[in-house]
Amino acid sequence: MGILEVKDVGKRFGGLKALSDVNLSVAENTCHAIIGPNGAGKSTLLNCLVGKLIPDTGSVMFDGQSVLGRSPHEINQMGISRVFQTPEIFSDLSVMENMMIPLFARRDGAYRLHAYHSVLSEAELVTKAEQMLADVNMLDKRNMHTASMSRGDKRRLEMAMCLIQEPKLLLLDEPTAGMARADTNNTIDLLKQIKDSRNITIAIIEHDMHVVFSLADRITVLAQGTPLVEDVPEKIKGHPKVKEAYLGETAHA
Amino acid sequence: MFGLQKKDTNLLLIVIALTMLAPFILNPFPTDSGLAQFNAGYPDLMQRFVIFGIFAIGFNILFGLTGYLSFGHAAFLGVGSYSAVWMFKLLSMNILPAIILSVVIAGLFSLLIGWISLRRTGIYFSILTLAFAQMSFALAYSVLTPITNGETGLQITLDDPRILGISQTADGSIPVTNLFGMEMRATTDLALGAWSFTFSMGYYVCAVLMILAFYMSIRIFRSPFGMMLRAIKSNQTRMNYTGLNPKPYTLAAFVISGMYAGLAGGLMASMDPLAGAERMQWTASGEVVLMTILGGAGTLIGPVLGAGMIKYFENIFSKINDNVLHTWFSFMPDGLENLMVGILHPFVGKGWHLTLGIIFMLVVAFLPGGLVEGGQRIGRMFGRKKPTDDTSAKTEPAE
Repeated sequence: MGILEVKDVGKRFGGLKALSDVNLSVAENTCHAIIGPNGAGKSTLLNCLVGKLIPDTGSVMFDGQSVLGRSPHEINQMGISRVFQTPEIFSDLSVMENMMIPLFARRDGAYRLHAYHSVLSEAELVTKAEQMLADVNMLDKRNMHTASMSRGDKRRLEMAMCLIQEPKLLLLDEPTAGMARADTNNTIDLLKQIKDSRNITIAIIEHDMHVVFSLADRITVLAQGTPLVEDVPEKIKGHPKVKEAYLGETAHA
Repeated sequence: MFGLQKKDTNLLLIVIALTMLAPFILNPFPTDSGLAQFNAGYPDLMQRFVIFGIFAIGFNILFGLTGYLSFGHAAFLGVGSYSAVWMFKLLSMNILPAIILSVVIAGLFSLLIGWISLRRTGIYFSILTLAFAQMSFALAYSVLTPITNGETGLQITLDDPRILGISQTADGSIPVTNLFGMEMRATTDLALGAWSFTFSMGYYVCAVLMILAFYMSIRIFRSPFGMMLRAIKSNQTRMNYTGLNPKPYTLAAFVISGMYAGLAGGLMASMDPLAGAERMQWTASGEVVLMTILGGAGTLIGPVLGAGMIKYFENIFSKINDNVLHTWFSFMPDGLENLMVGILHPFVGKGWHLTLGIIFMLVVAFLPGGLVEGGQRIGRMFGRKKPTDDTSAKTEPAE
């Protein structure tokens, strides 16, 4: 039984069948990649996991509880953190403040109002945030405003913000999309380091095969809203069905 | 000091000094000089500076931090005024219960309106608040006449019960508002050579409350709650996916700013015990938006500066009429004198709105951070490192 169990999930948008009969099981402390050509339903599936969309049929169980009908903030509080395709950070706030917000969310829940003491008086949380920033090599940027940072740094910060919440499951939506090769390699190193040093389950949606094959323990190939194959990376590489649906046209693009 | 960082403590001390010394600072010109009409140090106007300062400080907690632009905050101010006057009618002329009731009622009223309006964001939120405020205005003006006394406005009369006080004084006149016996209208004059300064009880009561309001706003700005509010303005998506529900935060900010508006309304009624529906009109709501943007939305001191500036224009610039202009330019030959008066005429007196409008336009176009940004730029020009929110380089006639 995996930490994330997706059963018979289907989703239609009007006449378009975005997902049908999706079954997926992500085992604890593994990295599970979901790949597929454009329009295969990868993002729709991801949105069904985090509460942005509600599937028409089927069930999504996380850690033994259903996520269906819960809003994104409730699902995050269950232990799922999401990294977006374009980094979603608080761009008017400093790096340190960006780190403090997830810490408060994790410690105090969805809506505690501390209106009297100052943010910086929370010494314990400040230390935690500094440690995390040091882990992702961003401590020197702690007082920087995030709006002026490079995309790679924004991505790094967003991951740090997700990791500091110590999620059970980290969802990555094309974390290297639009990145230069050097940034991509840095991100892969960072993710490898995260995977090796923490007890964390990672589900990743990715176009870049280099990224997928460097990180994934298992791969699910999605095509036209349905899982085609699920296997270990070595088997996926040579799988004829996969080649036909996907790898044949964009491998090592 | 006061549990604040050094920078904020300094700012607070500056504000305290400016408010306490305002009767001197706002009366820089000798009483008999030609410039005496620029003196703003009379009680009525000073009270208005600080009362609207409180209103704008509260509005800034909502608009400056969360970015939710409410166009209906005058409704809370009006509700506060009505509550206070009712307290004067029924309980006593002591302003303390009146102000407490103003804040409480405005808080409850803003809870209701905020709860409904905050279902939408952006322009739809603004329109909802505007609609509610206009409904409140219309109700106060007509339907609710038994409570609000319609277009005449709610006033205190000789036969009000005032169960804890007296209906009328020994000589048969209406009692005056007071704080445990200290009358709000009491003033002391101090003549120093050619200068004369007026110290008003009412002003100092308002000033102390504004300092408290300002102090609370600093604490909110620096607190985790304030950080969450800025996070809401910055990125609601990330907020949701970080496990936070933005709604309770925005609602709390809305209610807090509504209570500030109620406090301002209650103080207004305490200084002059009457309340009219026009205080709730949309122009009054728009005015506080202008104050906040002019001073610098999202900065600590900006709203107070904006409030001071607008009230100064409204009360001082509007009094410069053609006669005054003629005396200014009387040293010129007649033709030139008339020309100068003709040029300046549209901008002063009844035309003060035009001057204010031009200043507002220039500020929004060239100083998006408002007067505070202007102060910072001036500070940088003189090569001093200016912390944000510092305004010591400014010479605005506001505190």
